[in-house]
Parts: sequence; structure tokens; C-alpha cells
Amino acid sequence: MTDAPMVLAERVSKNFGSNKVLRGISLEVDPGEVLCIVGPSGSGKSTFLRCINHLERVDGGRLSVDGQLVGYRQKGDKLYELKLKEAAFQRQEIGMVFQRFNLFPHLTALENVTLAPVRVKGLSKAKATARATELLERVGLGDKGGAYPAHLSGGQQQRVAIARALAMDPKLMLFDEPTSALDPELVGEVLDVMKGLAKSGMTMIVVTHEMGFAREVADTLVFMDEGVVVEAGPPRQILSDPQHERTKAFLSKVL
Amino acid sequence: MSEPKSDRMIEAEPGATARAGRKRDADNAPPEAIVAIPLRHPWRNVVAVLLVLGLAVFILDAAQRSDYGWTDVGKYIFDRRISQAAWVTLWLTVYAMIGAIVIGLLLAIMRLSPNPVLKSIAWLYIWIFRGTPVYVQLVFWGIVSLIYPVFTLGIPFTEPWVTIPNEVFTNLFITAVIGLALNEAAYMSEIVRAGLLSVDEGQAEASTALAMSWGQTMRFVVVPQAMKIIIPPTGNEVISMLKTTSLVAAIPLSIDLYGVSRGISAVTFTPVPLLLVASLWYLLFTSILMVGQHFIEKRFSRGTGRVKADKDSPTPETAPTAVPGEPGAPLGTDAGGKG
Ligand SMILES: Nc1ncnc2c1ncn2[C@@H]1O[C@H](COP(=O)(O)OP(=O)(O)OP(=O)(O)O)[C@@H](O)[C@H]1O
Ligand SMILES: [Mg+2]
Repeated sequence: MTDAPMVLAERVSKNFGSNKVLRGISLEVDPGEVLCIVGPSGSGKSTFLRCINHLERVDGGRLSVDGQLVGYRQKGDKLYELKLKEAAFQRQEIGMVFQRFNLFPHLTALENVTLAPVRVKGLSKAKATARATELLERVGLGDKGGAYPAHLSGGQQQRVAIARALAMDPKLMLFDEPTSALDPELVGEVLDVMKGLAKSGMTMIVVTHEMGFAREVADTLVFMDEGVVVEAGPPRQILSDPQHERTKAFLSKVL
Repeated sequence: MSEPKSDRMIEAEPGATARAGRKRDADNAPPEAIVAIPLRHPWRNVVAVLLVLGLAVFILDAAQRSDYGWTDVGKYIFDRRISQAAWVTLWLTVYAMIGAIVIGLLLAIMRLSPNPVLKSIAWLYIWIFRGTPVYVQLVFWGIVSLIYPVFTLGIPFTEPWVTIPNEVFTNLFITAVIGLALNEAAYMSEIVRAGLLSVDEGQAEASTALAMSWGQTMRFVVVPQAMKIIIPPTGNEVISMLKTTSLVAAIPLSIDLYGVSRGISAVTFTPVPLLLVASLWYLLFTSILMVGQHFIEKRFSRGTGRVKADKDSPTPETAPTAVPGEPGAPLGTDAGGKG
């Protein structure tokens, strides 16, 4: 299974009513690979990420994670939609980090991290707490376990959110503009945690506007526009020598 | 980037004005305080004096008027029958509110569900129960046992399999609880719905992404946050319910506070003192509830204000970490201007 891609998208499409948001996305992410997605607002980046862990239903094409079809089960040549429970089971392997952190404000940092392992995986409180403490230390917040999200800075909140996602031991991490809601001076601390994660061999898909991060960390950079992959390749190549007009236009605006 | 900024600006406003105010105080402290003759409000004083006088006259008059039967008030206020009836009223309130909250939660979830049938049924329920008077509903529940003398189980228009005598609606206390709960549920469902809707969508999304089921998401993430919105108006509903229980006379149930005081006065022909006795008991209960409500509301509003102040401080690291007894943030801390 090591050769099989972690994520395989084949002509994935998604509509919201008549709005065709994804029009055939094809890409492959290998285990341990870091894929960065850039593109203008409304191009469907978030929607694609949400499709990968089935927060959104895929309308067309094939999307699989670690060899398993996302959201469907194939029997013969028929597809059956997964039950909610089965879909939830698939999500255990996929961590997600949001632009606006979405920490649970009524729980402390530590409780945020332990909630799902205890409730979903049935870990004991003690085990989950030990693991959560370890993860909070890993993101540099070993001393903040007792703090409520409102008492943490944006950068700290996002790092707790990363620890929360890691607590489920995912094989794949999805980041949706994890630093876009942060004040500039707080971006670095979150990117550092993500770099560490990439180094440790985590498979990551990162939607970002941080070109410096993409250049340094990504194995592949994907430029998306209007629901299609316009251009994909090694980040240095795409950033310095974009082939398509749309990529050039976009990059000239953000670089 | 623009979204969170605008977000912060909105939330910073109260804090900012407070800070500005403080700053002005500091600047003005050294110069001497303003000494000026305050603006006079002669009409305010006149109105106040007139009202106080009127009240005094009324009280003096009432104290002497024999119709009020103050000695009877004193005699019946601690009467065993009355205090027992007060107990019944309390339990009616408690049971009816518990029922209303459970059914209300169910209705709220039905209204928020994507299933159009569930949605419409909940809507229909609320339409009927909010659109007709409680008194009329209670009269109806009182005669339900005549419409349905037995409960039957089976296929319609064939011989029933099981027949149970209707013992629910022949017990008037249970009938009263059901009648009050069903009516109140319609109001509670709107309160619960508002609470659930107040929780940012990102919360349920994050919970789902963590592989939690819908039930777990509700129980551990959405409902605990919705409680802050739900609890204060629910306090109002409890107070309101306590008074509404007097309408069970429509069923007719007569073992509650108002029913018993009416029963006694029918024998003694002293209606006014017994009305006063009942009123005093109702006042006692509602006052206790109001005090409780005051503390609950204060606690929740303080939590919100405090956290907001912390949020817009420039260096949150310096902010105090979790204050005990103040379980965290207001609703939708990271909610807000999401497109
Ligand atoms: N739940 C939804 N219902 C209807 N339309 C949606 C929904 N979610 C997204 N869309 C639409 O899909 C399109 C793509 O949205 P998406 O959020 O995926 O873009 P994006 O590339 O992430 O943009 P941004 O950089 O602004 O985050 C937009 O036109 C948006 O209006
Ligand atoms: Mg997006």
C-alpha cells in the first residue's frame, strides 16, 4: 500500500444548485507529501478540502483517501452512499484545521484536544489527557492546557486546533487557510508548527496564501481557478515560471 | 484579512469607549472638580410627591376597610390547606416545565432538521399551541377523557387488539401537567431554537470533522454553548408558568393554590382575604425565582463582558488565564463575519 496515493481525486465535481464549484479536479497526493493549493477567492479550494473529509458530498468523479472511496461504498458497479456512522469513521483518519480555528469556547485547550479521542475513540480520560499534554507541548503550548480559547491569542488558538486534530492520529491533515485570520506577527508560530509536522512525515494538503511557506515546504503546488486545477508542479517551478496566463495573473497579484 | 479586522472593531467598541472614558478621567483628575448648581426638575418632584401621597392614602384606607379582612388574611396565610396547595402549585410548575423543555427541545430539533415533514409538523404544532389561549386548551384537555374514554391499539376499523381505559386524562393533576407542558413547549421550542441557532456553524463543522456523530456534536458542543442563550428566557418562562398554573381551574383541577383558596372562600364567604392570601404566596414564589434568575443572568452576562474585554486586549498572553467559576467564552467567539 506504500505506493498507493494517500489522496486520489479523479475529475471530482461539486455543484451548489446551478453553481458549478468544482469542475473536474484531478490530483494525487502521496503519503508524506505536502501539497499546497493556491487560487483566487471563490475558486473552490475550501469546497475541495471539505469534500475530502466528506463534509460536502462529491457529485461527480472519484475521490478516495488511502484507497477508500470517500462517502461511498462500491458494490459491483453501483455506488452506495455511506451511513453517517461510516462517514464519521472515515473522518477519524483525516484531521482538519480551519481558517477561524473553531475551537470549542466552553472547553479549555486541554479539553478541546481530549474531547474527540475520549468520545469517539473511547480512550480513557487519563490516557487522552497524557496524549493531549504531549501534543500541546509539541505545538509549544505545554503550559496553556487550562486556558480557555478566549484567553489565547489567535496564533495560540490555531496551534491548539492543530493539536486537537492531531489527537485523532490522522493519516492526513487538511489546512484551510490556517493563517489568514491571524495578525501578521502571529503567522510565523503557526507556520513553524506546520513545518515541523511536514518534517515528521505527515501527509498534508494546505490551502494558503503564504507563498513563502509553499515554496519552502510544499512538494507540489497546485493553482486552482474556477473549479479546475490550472497548473500543478514543484513550487519553485510554478512560482518562478508559471505556464498559464491565469497563474501568471494571480501570482503577479500575490507575490 | 479584512474580515477578522472588522470583527474586532465591532467588538472593541464598548471596550474602546470605556478606555477612552478612563483616559479622560485621568486627564481631568488634577484640575479641581466642577462646582455648579445642578439642573432642577420641579415637575419630577411634584409627580413623585403626588404618587407617594396617593399610595399612602390608598394603604391607610385599605388597612381600615373591612372588606379586605386583614384578620382573615392572617388566619389563612399559614393554613395547612393553603401551604399544601402552594406545594401542589410548585410541583405543577416543576413537572410542566420539565415536560415543556423536553418537548420543546424535540420540536426545536425537528424545526432545524432537513426533513420537510418533521419541519412542517413542528411548525404546525407551534402554530396551534401558540395561536390558541391556554385556558381554552386546558378546558379541552379536561374533556379529552370524554372524547377518548379508552385507548385502543390495533388496525383502524377492525376489532382492537388492546383496550386500555383512559386513566391519564381522568387524573386531573396529570391532565393539568400535560396541558400546561404542551402549551409551554411551543414557547420553549422557540427559545431553544434561538439558542441552537446562536452557535456558530463552524462549531458543528469542527466537531463533525473530528468524527463526532450528530448526537455527540449536539451534546458536547452545540447544546452547552446554546445554554447561555437558553437559560435566561427560560427563567422568565418558569415564573410565567408558576402564575399560569392558576388556570388549571379550567380543567377543572382545584387542589392548586388558587383553587384551594377559592374553595375555602366559597365556604366562608370571604373571597377578598383569600385572594390576598393566594397572591402573597404567588408573590413569595415569584420573588424567590426572580432573585435566582437575577444571579443566573448576572453570571452569564459577566462571563460575556469579561471575555470580550480580554479578547481585544493587544497582548492576550498577559490576560489572566481561566478564571475559576467562569466557564469560558461567550457564544461564537470565533464566529462572526463569515461570508
Ligand atoms: N454551502 C454552500 N452553499 C452554496 N454555495 C457554496 C457553499 N459553499 C461554498 N459555496 C460557493 O462555492 C464557491 C466556492 O467556494 P469556496 O469556499 O470553495 O472558495 P474558496 O476557493 O475557498 O474561496 P476563499 O479563498 O474565499 O476561501 C463560492 O462561489 C461559494 O459561494
Ligand atoms: Mg476558502
